Parts: sequence; structure tokens; C-alpha cells
Amino acid sequence: MFKQNLIVAAVALVLSEPALAQDAELAKIRDEIRQMKDAYEKRIQTLEKRLTEAEARAGKAESTASKAETTATKAEQSAAKAETAASTAANRSGENAFNPAVSLILQGTYARTSQDPNRFQITGFAPSGGEVGPPKRSFGLGETELNLSANIDPYFRGVAIASLAPEGGIGIEEAYFQTLALPQGLMVKGGRFFSGLGYLNEQHQHAWDFQDAPLVYKAFLGNQLKQDGVQLKWVAPTDLFVEVGAELASGDKFPGSDQNKNGIGGSAIFGHLGGDIGTSTAWRVGTSYLQTSPSGRNYSDTDSLGNTVTNRYTGTAKLWGVDGVLKWAPNGNSTYSNFKLQGEYFRLKQDGSLTYDTAGNTGFGGANSYFQTDQSGWYLQGAWQFYPRWRVGYRYDTLRYGTISNGIVNNGLGPTAADFPVLANHRPTRNTLMFDWSPTEFSRIRLQLAADKSRLGATDNQVFVQYLYSMGAHGAHKF
Amino acid sequence: MNWLRVLICAALWFAAQPACAALNVFACTPEWGALAKELGGDKANIYVATNALQDPHHVEARPSLIARARSADLVVCTGAQLEIGWLPLVLTQSGNPKIRVGQPGYFEAARHVVMLEVPTLVDRSQGDVHPGGNPHIHLDPRNIAKVAAALSERMAQLDPPEADNYRARTKAFLERWQQATMRWEQEALPLKGLVVVGYHKNMSYLNRWLGIREVGSLEPKPGLPPTTAHMSDLLASLRKDPAKAVVRSAYNDPRAAEWLSENAKIPVVTLPFTVGGTDKAKDLFGLYDDTLLRLLAVAK
Repeated sequence: MFKQNLIVAAVALVLSEPALAQDAELAKIRDEIRQMKDAYEKRIQTLEKRLTEAEARAGKAESTASKAETTATKAEQSAAKAETAASTAANRSGENAFNPAVSLILQGTYARTSQDPNRFQITGFAPSGGEVGPPKRSFGLGETELNLSANIDPYFRGVAIASLAPEGGIGIEEAYFQTLALPQGLMVKGGRFFSGLGYLNEQHQHAWDFQDAPLVYKAFLGNQLKQDGVQLKWVAPTDLFVEVGAELASGDKFPGSDQNKNGIGGSAIFGHLGGDIGTSTAWRVGTSYLQTSPSGRNYSDTDSLGNTVTNRYTGTAKLWGVDGVLKWAPNGNSTYSNFKLQGEYFRLKQDGSLTYDTAGNTGFGGANSYFQTDQSGWYLQGAWQFYPRWRVGYRYDTLRYGTISNGIVNNGLGPTAADFPVLANHRPTRNTLMFDWSPTEFSRIRLQLAADKSRLGATDNQVFVQYLYSMGAHGAHKF
Repeated sequence: MNWLRVLICAALWFAAQPACAALNVFACTPEWGALAKELGGDKANIYVATNALQDPHHVEARPSLIARARSADLVVCTGAQLEIGWLPLVLTQSGNPKIRVGQPGYFEAARHVVMLEVPTLVDRSQGDVHPGGNPHIHLDPRNIAKVAAALSERMAQLDPPEADNYRARTKAFLERWQQATMRWEQEALPLKGLVVVGYHKNMSYLNRWLGIREVGSLEPKPGLPPTTAHMSDLLASLRKDPAKAVVRSAYNDPRAAEWLSENAKIPVVTLPFTVGGTDKAKDLFGLYDDTLLRLLAVAK
């Protein structure tokens, strides 16, 4: 616009060239034009300046807006934080602020067995009295496990695990205190707890890779050894994992028995070593020894005529074992695939005396003589997660009959070997295949197939479908 | 106590040499190990419990971890229940009262930052939810700075003779870190508004920092592995709302990401996620440098 005016002015200038006399006038016009030009330039500059200023203001406004936004977000965040803090504070001020961590395990099975589970026995081995048989046929509810734990005070932690039996009644799996403040790697546990011997023994049944315990646990530890007593454990301050422990207990569970005497009825010691091989492999090996003195430990049997007899053992029981576990996962990332290999060996030696037919149901009631056993067993199992959530596993179990030296039979006190059918020479074995699916770490459905030759002359073909669910507090699983 | 340490060091010199360094730090994850290294230098002896190729949610309470926790003076973990599946067991089994929850020797990084994605519904039907919020806090450099300041004070508290040293190192680290953060923010400008598909909800802090928009996850719910049904839903939604790339962490299974990449015709970006996740992610600076480099490659 301004430029156009200038051009118009210039054209006017060119056209207006009538005479030299008009020079002065011309100069005047030129001067006017120059003034006009200057004025316009000034105006242009002012306008440009104003434009820049306006632009800057707009930019400022924008940045203020974005700042405001940030502040708003921040305010929102602190509001959220305040809200969380308020809700946490509300939670913390209630009566239940100190509630222990609670978790519950639901489990059950569908079982199909070719032999009667009520008549289960491991021939060749004195019954351990534990719940060692297969689950009942058809649908069956397993033990529901209720787990409570919390710190008691700065010095102790408490854990109670109750099993709610399907037929009713509550059993105490574990109920113990544990020290929190002992220095130098020392820990004391007291109450009822799963003994630290072996590898599987300390783990809860729902954490096992198979539905049931290895035969060697069923025969020598009554499925799983619970101790009522105290345990002292020490972890060495070394990079290699070194742990030793000792237990003093009542010894009232198999291979011990209720002794009704003062002092210590059973004691155990164990040691573990563990470490890593590269980033993919971790291992642990251990050895353990248990000594107890069962006094009047009963088991029932059927004599050669079909009478039920109760026999009683008194003497010593010494168990020692070795265990090992190796876990492999590519780069230690077990989420996608991993492999676990574990095995244990136990040997049980007993030296004492046996009383035949304590109730006197037969003519030989009360016959008593020496009784010595030296028996062993082992298992080896592997579980492979070949795809996220899916695992397959195989276990081989066997027990070695070893020697049973029964004075009643050897000395001809009446009963013959046929009157001790449970102690008949037999080598139990079992092959087990497992297939499980774990949608999350809180749920698992398992199919287990087994050919169990625990009983003399009979193979129990077993099919179990098992479910395991864990709710509540997130439990951590032992290695 | 010191004479006891000397005695034990002397008695176990063959196996326990690292235990005699000034401050034994047990770091749950590589990022906190790297941070403790920056702040502690040679005054701290750092053990990192997991590597970048492991899923930090699923770690075994291995015997080696118990052994290292036994002689630790300070445990540095994320908290917010990230390590709940294994750490409580390691702490109880180690018999080390110094590192119990609530003691000065127990440090949780998540306590020092503002948590994102705090669930309104704490229920396992929502997948692997963390009641405290998303625990993968370390991919926002401003969080690292906050944690560094808090961690430095903790180290100083536990090792008073070296307190000044930790503070000086932290000051120097934070200066370098601020500069680097400004540089990253400049470099990452092209990433603003980048649309991606994630794998697990473990990039939320990075996404928020850089303005990256995550339109979906390969996991149907946090912690659940990708399923075919979910993947085809995701593919269908990508046809409507296309993404530039599939982002996965070094520890995530590549298969699902590759499947989506092929079918949606978008590239896969593998991020280190933490220190050690890629060759270039040697320390915290390298972690961010490489993360941005890899993201910028697909943003163009």
C-alpha cells in the first residue's frame, strides 16, 4: 500500500516536468516526497515493531499456558499423592492396621486309581503313619491352607500355617516364631516347623512339582517331617552360600514317636552349599542327619490268618541323606523357559526291639525280640518349562529293601515272616509323569500320571488332575 | 563391631574379601547397581542380583543371593512390590538384621518419586497389579536424580567416614546428569507424539517424559503372556490407529513382537530397559543414550 503510493508519487514526479523555472518548486516537491517517504518508513518500522512485540507476547502466552498446564499436572499429581497419603493414613489408623499378611491356598484333585487308595502300603517298609496314600478316588478336596504371618516386634516374626481338612478339623502345619535381630547370620526358629533336612521337606506341598511326595519321603519321613522344637541356623559371610543348622525337637513324628520323657526326643543337623554357574545356572547341595529314639512306635499289619495285629518298635532311628537341586534358565530369565533337576537320597537305620501283637489278638501276643533295619531310597526328577505357562516333568522313585533283621522270626518265637506281610522283601518303584499349566504364578492346573509299584505284586496306575490356587498376600517361593 | 568385622575378614580372608570393602551394596536390579556405583565409586562394593535379560518380577531366591545379602550393608531395590516374589525370602533367609525392611540398610527407590498408574482397583483380576503404582520408575531421568539424592544420603548415613566423598560424587554426578537430561530432552524432541505398541507396562515413565503415546501392549493384562486372541485384537486396532513401532525390552520374548511387526508392517525396537540390556547401555548414561538412539531411528 505504502509502496504503491510512493510509485504514484514518483510517476507524478516524472510527468510534472514543464519548465526549468519550476526547479525550486520541484525541489520542494522532492523534499515533501522525502518527508512522506520517511514518515511512511517510520510508520512501517513502528508497525513491524508492534507486530514482533505482539508475536512475542503470543509466544509468552503460549509458554505461560504450557507452564500452567505443567502446574496443573503437578497439582493433579500432588492431589493424587495427597489422596493416596490420606487413604493410606486412613488405612493405617484403623484397628486392623497391624493385621498380618494373609494368604489362602485352595486345592483339590480328581483321582482315578487302579488300586484301592484306602489299602495303600509301601511293602517292605514299616508304615510311617503319615498321610502317605494317594488322594481319594473321584473328586476330592485337598487341604485348604491358611497362612498368616507378620512381624511381632523388632525382635521376632511369627508365622502360622493351618491346614483345613476337607472332612473338617484344623491341623497345624507350621506355627513358629523366628528371630529378626540376631547378628552375624544367626537365626532361631521355634515352635512347629518343617525340618530343614533334605530339599523338599522345608517346602510346602503346594510348591512341589508333583502332586505327591517321593516314596522315600513317604517311607522315611511320614510324607514330610514336622518338628516341634527349636532350630538354630547360621549363614556364613561368604560369597559361596554356606548354611548350617541344628534342630532340637520332641521327636514325636516318624521315624520317632511320642516318647513321654523329659529332654530332647530327636535332633537333626543339616548343611547346605549353593551358588551360581554363570548367569544361567544355580545350584544347591545339602546333607542332613536325623537321630531319634522312638519309644513304642506302633504300626498295624495283618497276620497270615487275616487277623489285624499291632506291632510296636522301641529303639533308635538314624536317618542321613544328601540332596541336590540345579536350576537352569537362559540368562537366568525363567519366565519363558527353564529346567529344574533335583534328587535326594536317604538311608534309615534302626536298631531296637519289636513287640508282636501288642493287643494279644493272636496266640503269639507280646512276643518280643531284637529288630534292626538298614534301608534306603532315592528319587530323581526333572521339570521343564518349555513354553511360558507350560511345564512337563518326570520323576523316578525307588526304595531299596536293604536288610531287616527280625529277632521274632529269626529266633522262632512263633510268628513267621508270613505274619509280617508289610515287611515282606520288596523293592518299590514308581514312574511319574507330570504336565502342568500355570496361567499366572497364583494358579496351576496339573495332570499327573503314575505307575506306582509301592505294593507287592500290584501296579497302581494313577491319574490325577489337580488344581492349586493361591489368594491374598503374594508369597515368595523358596529356591 | 569393627573388631568383629576385622576378625571375620581375617578368618575368612579367602572367601570374604569383598565383604571387607567399606560399604557392601546389594542392588536388586542393574539400574540401582549402576547408580550406587556412580555415587559410591571405589568406596562401595556393589553386587547386582539380577541382569538386564531377567524379568525383574520373576527372579529365583537363589542361594547366591542369600549369601550376598548376608554380608550386605545396604540393599537398594525398587520397592512398590516389584521384587515381592523373591526379595522378602532373601532378606529373611540371610540372617542379616541390618537390611530388614525399615532398617537404614534397606532402601526403596520408589519411595522417592511420584508413582504413575497407581491402580484404583487393587484386584488380581487386573493382572499383576502393584498397589503402589507402576514400579518401573527408572526410565525417567528426573526420577534417577531424585533417587540419587536420597540414596547418597543413605550411603552417607551408613558409612559416615566416607560421607563427604559420597556427597561430592553425588554432586558431580547430578551436574553431569542434569546436563545429559537437557541434552536428551533436546535430542528427543522428534519423539514427541510418537505412537508405539509396548510389551509390558514398563515404559510408562519414559513415555510420559518424552511424550510418547503407547496405544497398546502385547500383554493382554500386566504380567500375562501375549495370547493369540489379544494379538489379533491389537492388530485390528492398529489398522484404525496405526503405530510407528513395537517396543520391547531386552528381557521380553521377541516372538510376539516379531509377529506383530510382520503383520502390522512396523519395525520392532528393542530397548535395553536397564543397564546391560544392550552393548551400549554400559552405565546409566549409556542406557539413556542408546534408548533414545533406538527410538529416534524409528521416529524419522
